[in-house]
Amino acid sequence: MLRGTPFHERTAPLCEGQNWRRWAGYLSASSYELVNDREYFAIRGASALIDVSPLYKYLIRGTDAERFLNRVLTRDVAKCDVHQVMYGPWCDETGKVIDDGTLQRLGEDSFRLTAAEPNLRWLADNAGGLRVTIEDDTDSTAALALQGPTSREILKSLSDADLDNLKYFRLAFARIRDIPVTITRTGYTGDLGYEIWVEARQAVPLWDALIDGGEPYGITPAGILALDMARVEAGLILIGVDYVPANRALIESRKSSPFELGLGWTVKLEKDHFVGRQALLDEWRGGPTWGFKGLEIDWNSLQKVYSEFGLPPELPQMTWRTSVPVYSGGKQVGYATSGCWSPTLKKYIALAHLQSNSAERGTRVEMEVTVEHQRKKAAARVVELPFFDPERKRS
Amino acid sequence: MGQNTRYDAVIIGGGHNGLITAAYLARAGKRAVVLERRHLVGGSAVTEEIFPGFKFSALSYVVSLLRPDVIRDLQLARHGLELLPLESTITPLPNGDYLMRGADHDETRRELYRHSPKDAEAYDDFGKLMYHLAFAMKHILDVVPPNPTSMRPRDLMGLLRFGRHFLDLPPEQFYALCKLMTMSAADFLDEWFETEPLKATMSASGIIGTFLGVRSPGTAYVLLHHYMGEIDGVFRAWGFAKGGTGAVSEAIASAARELGAEIRTEASVEQVIVKNGKAVGVALESGEEIHGRVVVTGVDPKLTFLKLVEPQHLPSDFLDAIRRFKIRGSSGKVNLALGELPNLTCLPGKGPHLRGAISISPSLDYMERAYDDAKYGNFSRHPYMDIIIPSMIDPGMAPPGKHVMSIFCQWAPFELNGGWNDEQREAFGDAVVNTISEFAPNLKNAIIHRHVVTPWDMQETYGLTQGNIFHGELSLHQLFFMRPTHPWANYRTPLKNLYQCGSGTHPGGGITGASGRLAALEILKDW
Repeated sequence: MLRGTPFHERTAPLCEGQNWRRWAGYLSASSYELVNDREYFAIRGASALIDVSPLYKYLIRGTDAERFLNRVLTRDVAKCDVHQVMYGPWCDETGKVIDDGTLQRLGEDSFRLTAAEPNLRWLADNAGGLRVTIEDDTDSTAALALQGPTSREILKSLSDADLDNLKYFRLAFARIRDIPVTITRTGYTGDLGYEIWVEARQAVPLWDALIDGGEPYGITPAGILALDMARVEAGLILIGVDYVPANRALIESRKSSPFELGLGWTVKLEKDHFVGRQALLDEWRGGPTWGFKGLEIDWNSLQKVYSEFGLPPELPQMTWRTSVPVYSGGKQVGYATSGCWSPTLKKYIALAHLQSNSAERGTRVEMEVTVEHQRKKAAARVVELPFFDPERKRS
Repeated sequence: MGQNTRYDAVIIGGGHNGLITAAYLARAGKRAVVLERRHLVGGSAVTEEIFPGFKFSALSYVVSLLRPDVIRDLQLARHGLELLPLESTITPLPNGDYLMRGADHDETRRELYRHSPKDAEAYDDFGKLMYHLAFAMKHILDVVPPNPTSMRPRDLMGLLRFGRHFLDLPPEQFYALCKLMTMSAADFLDEWFETEPLKATMSASGIIGTFLGVRSPGTAYVLLHHYMGEIDGVFRAWGFAKGGTGAVSEAIASAARELGAEIRTEASVEQVIVKNGKAVGVALESGEEIHGRVVVTGVDPKLTFLKLVEPQHLPSDFLDAIRRFKIRGSSGKVNLALGELPNLTCLPGKGPHLRGAISISPSLDYMERAYDDAKYGNFSRHPYMDIIIPSMIDPGMAPPGKHVMSIFCQWAPFELNGGWNDEQREAFGDAVVNTISEFAPNLKNAIIHRHVVTPWDMQETYGLTQGNIFHGELSLHQLFFMRPTHPWANYRTPLKNLYQCGSGTHPGGGITGASGRLAALEILKDW
């Protein structure tokens, strides 16, 4: 049997369709309700409570912790204040992305790094000669994402943290009804939201406290399907879907650099040395060959493609995660890796890898659409990410 | 006999390779006959009802390397080949714990993590490297070895392709391959892992069928050989043939017959008949002579060239090389009929772990000590064992509620101190059963019948010289263009019209069928 997370005894009875999926060796609910709409709208309109415990978590401590992380990550960890959180990838020597995650600076010499895949060996292998310990905290720390416009009010009503002054990508140590937690103002939805980190044995009381206190604010347990739509709107990449981790790619062409994933902003080439720096410097000088952009599929074109068959456009009600060819002038110039209908934006959107000369904002391209077993092309426009970026996310 | 018994090809030995050669030749319109000494075909790949109601894959017991082109070309699925997955390997440990690796990546990771978090991740990296190397090397299984010292265009081209294949490897893989070629399995695995039962169990792939220990240089390469297996496009998959390994042979025999080949059992070949420097047929023990335009031997090189062909027909340097060919038997097989399943102390009860392999290989030291016994002429008091319970995978192998257990054990030297006899055979069987009983105490009482096959029995009953299961050890110096000896690695022999198609030729080892197929294709080139 796959493991449940520390919240399983609460989440299992809620999962009406028992439609679990697998996330890092844990059971993870696709959606709790039989229809996932309400869970998605909770993210954008109220608050969704999402169990993100399967994330890999590493506690990195020691007087060289900052030096070590600066050696591994592309971000400049020296610029990460205590109680700040940084997002970024880490690369192999050839500058290809192995994984991406958030780094919480819990203290001067103490960090928590999240990862989507196991990275203990990679981290340990790069810690040679440094005074640093790396502890796999995955099973002992549970995590919940509380995401949505009312999330702040919920936490204010339940905790002693100064949430009005907790800025985007900052963290606070707090208590939620006496349960010690770390609250980070982070998330995978592009909305106002928080992630709450707690000792696994306190997981169930924390869940109960949030559900209880959140009730007046419309708190709704949400599964991965809702999260997956929100993250596409937010333009956030997903490992194994939007990119293949470099250490798992069987062939070179499956690997991506941070520049090719729209993460150029995380690459601090001015840093002294970090794994992959030379390769990334070379790539930066020459300019990356691929870009990672948003596609907005043109409604009229889509309608036309479907009307050939006497159908109205059939829109993806949940995120698809397959590779779909993207064309320009009849030639394939890239591929989309995730896409969905955005109920908030009322647009059909997709995340796509595009050859650099087709990745400029506003470029007209075509995305393959299969209608009645036939491959068609719908017009689309290249846009910058994120698609959805509400004021409240940072305010 | 008269003109009407003259064949195009007379094949000695109805093992899987002999049958495959016959099938391919028949497919090309040649009149082929397979002569098998025993009452059933299959050679080492046979299913035998040794004890009433209980069927055993008497010797060879798992399938992985059977070449996909053989399966396709001979339409073996239509002829009844069914391969069932063998999903897991459990290594019980003396301290009551175990290590289990299964088909599910998450579960295997979690289990490895329990032993070593670093190994859990190294395992994926190692698997990826092996995947690449196996992918790069596996085409070699399907080509005729070129002669590296020949200037013939065909050899030069073959060598060029071979060389380019290596030079095209990314550096990381190239150097890993160099290490595999030169290191011991234990040393190579030590570079990756720290969990003893993991290293020991993986190292076993490096020593099966050789008279070497896991710390002997050169054994690392054989690890790779076992990564080249492929079932339904999945690399490294191991399977169990429904109906036992004999069912593989039966499927091939059925294909061969349908294609027009003739198969004769209880037809023991005594000698290859040579006339005017050419092989022209064989003489059976019964005195019957069977003539053919070519003679193909599927039995091992020593048996063929030192027994079946009179020495005056072969060059002395070739005979010397064949005498030097290493074919030391090192393994035994114990087949048990069981009244109930073994109950593992480390994981009691009937569970999915009994559908896979049980490996008695708790540590590298254990493995090396087992070899130490053999070095000085004794069987291992605590042998390495690879155990499967076929009746858990295919219920037809035993009466309802009863089970069969197949135990491959190493080391059991052919050259045993004092020689093999009934007493030694039973003592060896006792060592095997006693060792397993340390991990499954109910085993002894569950045994209804015990069938012990020593290397001596393998030679006497199955015709494997010195009881070597691979017709010659899979050591680097006996592989590819050196198998069985240069320059006769292209399935031809110094005796005109005599060809080789057995496991003693490239690539050899296991039920690959590659030797049989490649031999047939070479014979047809000369036709």
